[in-house]
Amino acid sequence: MPGEPLIYGRGLVKQFGTVRAVDSIDFAVERGEAFGFLGPNGAGKSSTMRMIACVSPRTSGDLSVLGLDPDRDGARIRGRIGVVPQEDSLDLELTVRENLYVYGRYFDLPRSELRPRIEQLLRFAQLTERGDDRVEPLSGGMKRRLTIARSLINEPELLLLDEPTTGLDPQARHALWDRLYRLKSQGVTLVLTTHYMDEAEQLCDRLVVMDRGTVAAEGSPQGLIGRYCTREVVELRFGPGESERHADKVADIPERIEVLPDRLLLYTDQGDATVEAVQRRALAPVSVLVRRATLEDVFLRLTGRQLVD
Amino acid sequence: MSGERATLALRVVPPAVLGFGRGRRLIERNLLVARRTWWVPLSGIAEPVFYLLSIGIGIGKLVTSIPGPHHSLIPYAPYVAPALLASSAMNGAVYECTFNVYFKLKYAKIYDAVLATPMGAADVARGEVVYAMLRGTAYAAIFVVMMAALGDIRSAWAVFALPAAVMIGLAFSAVGMAATTYMRGWTDFDMVQLALLPMFLFSTTFYPLSTYPRWLQVVVELTPLYHGVSLTRSLTLGYVGVGDVGHAAYLVAMGAVGLAVASRRIRTLLLR
Ligand SMILES: Nc1ncnc2c1ncn2[C@@H]1O[C@H](COP(=O)(O)OP(=O)(O)O)[C@@H](O)[C@H]1O
Ligand SMILES: [Mg+2]
Repeated sequence: MPGEPLIYGRGLVKQFGTVRAVDSIDFAVERGEAFGFLGPNGAGKSSTMRMIACVSPRTSGDLSVLGLDPDRDGARIRGRIGVVPQEDSLDLELTVRENLYVYGRYFDLPRSELRPRIEQLLRFAQLTERGDDRVEPLSGGMKRRLTIARSLINEPELLLLDEPTTGLDPQARHALWDRLYRLKSQGVTLVLTTHYMDEAEQLCDRLVVMDRGTVAAEGSPQGLIGRYCTREVVELRFGPGESERHADKVADIPERIEVLPDRLLLYTDQGDATVEAVQRRALAPVSVLVRRATLEDVFLRLTGRQLVD
Repeated sequence: MSGERATLALRVVPPAVLGFGRGRRLIERNLLVARRTWWVPLSGIAEPVFYLLSIGIGIGKLVTSIPGPHHSLIPYAPYVAPALLASSAMNGAVYECTFNVYFKLKYAKIYDAVLATPMGAADVARGEVVYAMLRGTAYAAIFVVMMAALGDIRSAWAVFALPAAVMIGLAFSAVGMAATTYMRGWTDFDMVQLALLPMFLFSTTFYPLSTYPRWLQVVVELTPLYHGVSLTRSLTLGYVGVGDVGHAAYLVAMGAVGLAVASRRIRTLLLR
């Protein structure tokens, strides 16, 4: 149906015993966009993703994926989506190529169709030379790329990625982002979770900020920064535990100030002017830095805590 | 393509057994892995074969005959051989559905990936149970050939020994898999040995039920291997009766219950 969101959740809840991992969240993902769940560890991102992937029944609320109900049509939905779980779940007893083959068979794909697709996915994941190798000795980045290749075996219209780059070095992360851009340009809808604000800013058209099972805010990365932050941030770094006693001396300069144990964050639209004003107060911080506001600042503003500590 | 030989093996298996949905995809996966370690099952079949040989060479010379059905007297080796056949089917099924399934469930996390596809918990249970059953049946098939070579088959009914092995394999793999989903660590597998060894020794393997006091007879009659042994013995000795329908029904029911429990447990463990 045109206009209907590809994924739609309302009042979605996931309860594990006494823990409410997802506490009544609302969201909608449109076809073709890259949508993110940004939040710290334990925010409920994976629990949400598992419900969308139809491997975890919801406790209550509404959820529709591809216009279908995961409770009733789980197998049909799973047949049309691709999943990259937080932990790689590759089959270590099989080779790279066999991993793709066997996974394709789980989708009932005929061998004749799989053969060319496997070669194409190996090229996409830059793993052609490692095709007949065991999976175990591959690097973290290679395993992640193979997991993504595997998730594409059924040519899904929707790809779910749970922390796709956590634990990878910067080079491997960028290589992976590059693969994801390509998928998006081919029209695949991407839904990803991350606790890296740069990843969310780079990849997501739209995102929700999650905290303790709830949605704290929703919008585009730039829209969120515009709504909750100033354009720039001046960071004054002090020795550990020293920032607090300097806060009062500069609190009147910026629009808003955040006090972290080792830093003061001064939110302002004119970074350089703020720096000059601070220098006139003779505080002697260890370092002074002017930077663009990020989603990290949005998160701090919304929750009073840092995204990654 | 590397999977082709594995699928070929699948085509040889009767389609009736495979009419169980997507579970066969897991069998295909297991065959692909087994290709690389084809020698591992050899140790499993070696045990009952050694028993059979040692009885032919040793005990069979001392114990010349044993009272069979209808006041008949049966030479010792043909009496014991069908019991060893039943336990070889049991062993193959149990090894696969306990150790191997536990490894895949708790360490390799194979089923987490499988369940992200259209396959469901019931497909996982059916796939593994049927694969384990096939391993048990393969052991039994090797054993039947050994029996024939040693002259321990005394009836044409023996052609049904393999279907009987299928039932034994099914019963033990299903219950074995269900039990495996409750295991908390490798030490719990000692319990499997604790259950299998007395069953092997007491299920009228080496002497008839009439040897036991009545209370022990009742206990033995409740255990599954007894029914498997009774069934295979009727077939290879040629004393088939109505009681054998009961033995078969027991095994099939045990398989069905085990399978249902295994499916539910996979669901509760992995689809939380
Ligand atoms: N299977 C589970 N059983 C019990 N608690 C769980 C389970 N999965 C997640 N939780 C709890 O739910 C909360 C959210 O976890 P999760 O969804 O994994 O968050 P995130 O992916 O954002 O780090 C955490 O407190 C976590 O401990
Ligand atoms: Mg997570």
